[in-house]
Amino acid sequence: MDLGKTAAPQRPVTSPDDTYRPSDREQERQRFRRSRKRRHTWTATLCTLVAVVALGAVAVASPGWERVDSLFLDGAELRAAFPELLRGFWLNIQMFLIAEVLILVLGLLIALVRVTRAPGLQPLRLAATVYVDVFRGVPTLLLVFLVGFGLPALRLQGTPSDPWVLGVIALVLSYAAYVGEVLRAGLNSVHPAQRNAARALGLGERQTLRHVVLPQAVRNVLPPLLNDFIALQKDTALVAVLGPLEALRAAQIKADYDFNYTPYLGAALLFIAVTIPLTRFADRLQKRAAQRTWAETGR
Amino acid sequence: MSRTRIALAVSAAAVVLAAAACAPQPESDTGAAASGSPDCTANSPGLHKRGQLTVATDSPAYAPWFEDNTPSNGKGFESAVAYAVAGKLGFAQDQVKWVVEPFAHSYAPGAKNFDFDINQISVTPQRAQAVDFSASYYTADQAVLTLDDSGFAKATSLGALKDARIGVQVATTSYQAVLDQLKPSRQPSVFNTTNDEVNALKNGQIDAIVTDLPTVFYLAGSELDNAKIVGQFGYAGGTPEEFGLLLPKDSKFTTCVNQALGALRSDGTLAKLTSQWLSASANVPELKP
Repeated sequence: MDLGKTAAPQRPVTSPDDTYRPSDREQERQRFRRSRKRRHTWTATLCTLVAVVALGAVAVASPGWERVDSLFLDGAELRAAFPELLRGFWLNIQMFLIAEVLILVLGLLIALVRVTRAPGLQPLRLAATVYVDVFRGVPTLLLVFLVGFGLPALRLQGTPSDPWVLGVIALVLSYAAYVGEVLRAGLNSVHPAQRNAARALGLGERQTLRHVVLPQAVRNVLPPLLNDFIALQKDTALVAVLGPLEALRAAQIKADYDFNYTPYLGAALLFIAVTIPLTRFADRLQKRAAQRTWAETGR
Repeated sequence: MSRTRIALAVSAAAVVLAAAACAPQPESDTGAAASGSPDCTANSPGLHKRGQLTVATDSPAYAPWFEDNTPSNGKGFESAVAYAVAGKLGFAQDQVKWVVEPFAHSYAPGAKNFDFDINQISVTPQRAQAVDFSASYYTADQAVLTLDDSGFAKATSLGALKDARIGVQVATTSYQAVLDQLKPSRQPSVFNTTNDEVNALKNGQIDAIVTDLPTVFYLAGSELDNAKIVGQFGYAGGTPEEFGLLLPKDSKFTTCVNQALGALRSDGTLAKLTSQWLSASANVPELKP
């Protein structure tokens, strides 16, 4: 409601006035809740610590611990390998960022084609369906091999020969199929009434898609989309088979050269450092979406 | 608070169960009698399986080290060496059993499923901290392979290869050799297998392959029909690259294998096998920096 011009008395809505004081009972409740929360936090922390210490003790007390320690947790080895790993990981990040944009575009195209209804577009729909079926079914590693060694072997003008570019192409082909399906589910999850309402308001077909359908569709499938991107981030390591030195390959070289597995651990830490924030973010979005839905149903 | 207590009880039970499940395995005592000389016969208790010699290598096993990816046929240099070592230790042909051991798994801690692994593994002090190595059975030089029509086919020094796109195989010491000796301006590409290297060379994705000389000879002879061996270079400032048999750390059998290899070297068998299976390298030019 717009109170801009009317001189209606302002009701305090947001800020409570200064005279408000919770009742004794309310304060009692709040105190109880606070203390309960504190107690729970302490218990949780203690249990976690006990569990971790117990697991650690079991590992350290095992007879082969010394060998495992020297083969997997060698600090000097990690320090020596880390610059290489970082340099390799930068390539992972680049591949991931470039691939992500291309995948979104291609996936959206596929999803849009698949939700069309016009009978004249049947061949396009068929092609999109076949594409999704094939590229979701083929193991990603095989695709990387096919694109990476097959494309250059064709000896065509203008095919890229950079291994990491070829790897990105393979990843895009594979993941666009997944993302296309996710987006299609999103488009189908928007209620038809939304579209009808938009058309009734005089929006064109394209405007309806852009301002009404797509925003809701993407919002509905954001968590699975992010999951796909976390998986993509890890799958950039598959491009290693084509020769470029990304993090996992750098780790493998160092590990196989020194007969020590610690560099792999370093590479894993780098991947985790990127995927965990992404995962947390996806979780938060999911929680917010759930709260929003409940709030709407409760209205 | 009974719920907390239940939770505590459950987690405690879980910890106890886990501890019970992960109880240490009893160490099998395969130690030979603590006398001076180790037991090197076909029935030695130090063997992985008594009465047979279990030899490991990776799959695919490439020529000229093995032939037809069948290590048990006695063909190829490393297959022949393995059977010669077995013979010196007193094993008959049919007492030698081959198993597949991926390279990256060969240095894993814990029990091994072989007596020794023969897989063109270079001996370095760093690696010797994780496994046992036998004495050397072959000294390898690095060599450079390119195609006839490549701009680098006429290179006569390592410096001339500086701007080439080099391909190496993962887990080989060639990678380090390229970095230290060639000092390439572009990062070398690293491939999983020799096949991938050859394909990349044919596709024009790399200009040259660097790997050990026998493999280069084999590739130039059988895999590529327009290949050019540019030359060879020693690695690590003159210290040659030595291939050794890989044994589990502190294996009881290392001394036995070393005795066998020593005998093969002094009676000329090793030299004979080397010239039989690996081409002579005399006519390959030496690349200097």
